[in-house]
Parts: sequence; C-alpha cells; structure tokens
Amino acid sequence: MADQVPLSMTVNGRTRRGQGEPRLTLADFLREQALCTGVHLGCEHGVCGSCTVLMDGEAVRSCLLFAVQAEGADITTVEGLAPDDETLHPVQEAFRDCHGLQCGFCTPGFVVSVAAFLEANPDPSDDEIRHGIAGNLCRCTGYQGIVAATRQAAGVMRGGE
Amino acid sequence: MADVVGLLFEHGDDAKPLAGGQSLVPMLAMRLTRFEHIVDLNRVDELFGVESDNGGVRIGAMTRQAAVETDAAVAERVPLLHLATPHIGHFQIRNRGTIGGSVAHADPASEYPAVMLALDGTAEIASASGTREVAASEFFESTFMTAVAPDELLVALRFQAWDQPAGFAFDEIARRSGDFALAGAAVGIGTDEAGRINRAAVGMLGVGPTPRRAPSVEAAVMGLAAADADPHEIGRLAADDMDPIGDVHASAEYRRRAGSTLVGRILASALAQLTQEAGNG
Repeated sequence: MADQVPLSMTVNGRTRRGQGEPRLTLADFLREQALCTGVHLGCEHGVCGSCTVLMDGEAVRSCLLFAVQAEGADITTVEGLAPDDETLHPVQEAFRDCHGLQCGFCTPGFVVSVAAFLEANPDPSDDEIRHGIAGNLCRCTGYQGIVAATRQAAGVMRGGE
Repeated sequence: MADVVGLLFEHGDDAKPLAGGQSLVPMLAMRLTRFEHIVDLNRVDELFGVESDNGGVRIGAMTRQAAVETDAAVAERVPLLHLATPHIGHFQIRNRGTIGGSVAHADPASEYPAVMLALDGTAEIASASGTREVAASEFFESTFMTAVAPDELLVALRFQAWDQPAGFAFDEIARRSGDFALAGAAVGIGTDEAGRINRAAVGMLGVGPTPRRAPSVEAAVMGLAAADADPHEIGRLAADDMDPIGDVHASAEYRRRAGSTLVGRILASALAQLTQEAGNG
C-alpha cells in the first residue's frame, strides 16, 4: 500500500484536512473525508457528470482528479452553492419548480454544471442550453424539465424575474 | 520542467506524465493500464500558455482546451484549432483537458491530432539530453503511439499561420454530443490572389489507426478555382484515403461512407468562405 500523504484544501468555504494515498480521487476525498456526500459517483470514468464540482470556480469531474492535485484549491460542491441552510440556489429552486429531477441521483452534478454554465453564458438559447448540459447524463427525466429549469434559472440569475 | 524530465529519465517505462487526466485517469480507473509512477504536470508553469511565434503560435503542452478555445491569437492564426475545440468532450472536460495531452495520447478519434496533421504542426519534445522537434507527419506512429519516447516529454506544439486567402472548416459525426467521433475532418483551403487553389490540407479522424491526411482530395482540388470545385464529388475520393475499423459503434463501411460524405460537406463549407470573401471583396 502506498504511503499516505497529507491533504488540505478549502471545501465550501472551510479548510478541510485529511490524508490518503496519492491516487485517492478528489471525489472519494470529498465524500469520505470532507463528508460532502452530495458528490455522487456514477460511472467513475468521467462520462456521467454526477461528480461535477467547482475547482477554483471551474466545473470539473472530481472522479478524474486526484485529491493531491487539489492541494490548496478552492472546491465548491452542491452543498456549497446555496447561501445558507434556509435558501436554495436559483438553479436548485428552478430544478424543483420545473421537475428537473426524478430519482435525483444525477441532480447534484447537473446543478453544479448548470450553475457554472450560466456564470459563463447568462442568457443562453435553448440550443446552447442543450449543449451546456450535454456533459451530464440523466436516465429519468428525458431532459425536458432540466432544459426548462436551466432557462428559468438563467432568468432569475440575470435578475429579470 | 527539468525535474519532470529527470523523473522520466529515471523511471522510463514505469512512469507516465499526467496532463489533464481526462483520458489517462479513466484508463487507470478501468484498469486498462497501470503505471508505478505518475508525474503530474499541472504545476509546471512553463508548460502553460499561448505565445506568438514567427507569425504563428507556440502552444504550451499543458494549455487547457478551454484556454485554446477562447484564445484570440489561436482564433486568428490557426482557425482550425479554434473550430475543432468545441467538439472535444464537454466544457467540464475542456476545463481540465490539455492540447498536449490530447496529442500525446494520440487517440485516432480525437480532434487535435487530425488538426495538427492537416496543418503540418510541429511537436517540441524534451528529454534529459535536450530538445528536438518532430513534424506531425512523423509524430503519429500507430494507435496511442507517438514519436514521444517514455523518457521524453511533449513540451509544446507549433503552428504556422496561413498568409493567403483561405477557408477553414471542421466537423465530425458522433451519436451524441461529446461522444467519441465515428468520423470527422479538418479542412483548410488556400488560394492565390486570382482565386486558384494552391494549398489544400485535409486531416481526418476516426477513419484509421492514426489520424490521416486525404491526399486524394488535396490533389483533386489543387489548381481549381474555388467556385468551380464540386466539393461533394471530390469529397468522395476521401474514401480511398481511409482505413477504418468496424466496432460496436459503426461498421468500417459506414465510417468510410459517412466519413467521405462528411469530408465533402466540410470542403463545401471551407470553399464557401473563399467564394463569399471573393464576392464581398
């Protein structure tokens, strides 16, 4: 077994320390040591998007990063998007309003991806929305509700409604 | 970087450089490959960034695909790279994936190797004994195999700008957005001042064990006026330049037929830019 290495990063605004083998994935660190179980692992090879988190503000697959690579980084998981325990992030609110989920397994990855997508493209067309969510797989909804939720969240985040 | 090259020299076959990890880490996760040592390049600052270089660009191997996508110098001087980038995976993948990693991985279905081959790009490769340059035509040896030896590191890629009227287009066929392409192509067509085609670059992906040029198509357009070339007829010739394999996603014959039809469409798009420019000028 490989030697354990110390790990330290900011997760949802708090410094988290831990340790693990050099090839411990960031996703496993976030789930098992930072206890952010909203990070879901579907395929574990970068296809499904369930494990998407923000690393220094950019959406990335946490199953394709080793935790040591995030040393000193600022990580945001789905747990860290909303401003407080009483409020949902506009993307979360929109997924609830528009039936953007059924079983909910893929939802954390979608919510993080859509939040990052709308930061980069605040007023997307429906075609751009479909491209924007193409990196996340949902096996329940058929995506219509997710597209509608993304459209609604875009309006709210722009301050238009 | 000296440290990285030193580690690769010390461990040779037992070590693998880790770039964006969007191909290597899945392969490790699925136990398709294993390495005793992984050498992470993500904190080697000198491998990042796009520089102007003798009228073209020099792109550090660790430059993220997302950075290539939005770089103004790349868009102006190497339009094919700019056009190909959105076809790579998804934005979450391009946030980590790198141009050097994509080229060094040499998946025959990936975008940058076909663009590099079409444009006669150059690879800058470093080892403990110095730096050497390898032309794209010598770089891709077979599937997942390149001219980069186990104790060497791909440091940067160089591309020349085209200093002439030109049209560029890229497209690919995939069952779902972001999937591995079944077939695709990168096309550049250049003309002289009179509008006669005197330069043609066609790189194809997904239709052989390595990215491939389409010399039949390139030869067929040379000397024609851009407005006179029949792209769909000429595109069919690309079938002769392919050596596709059949698998669960598509038969070899489907790849050959769909791929050559696609080459015709992309060629049409590149030619249309030239005739529109001439019309506007």
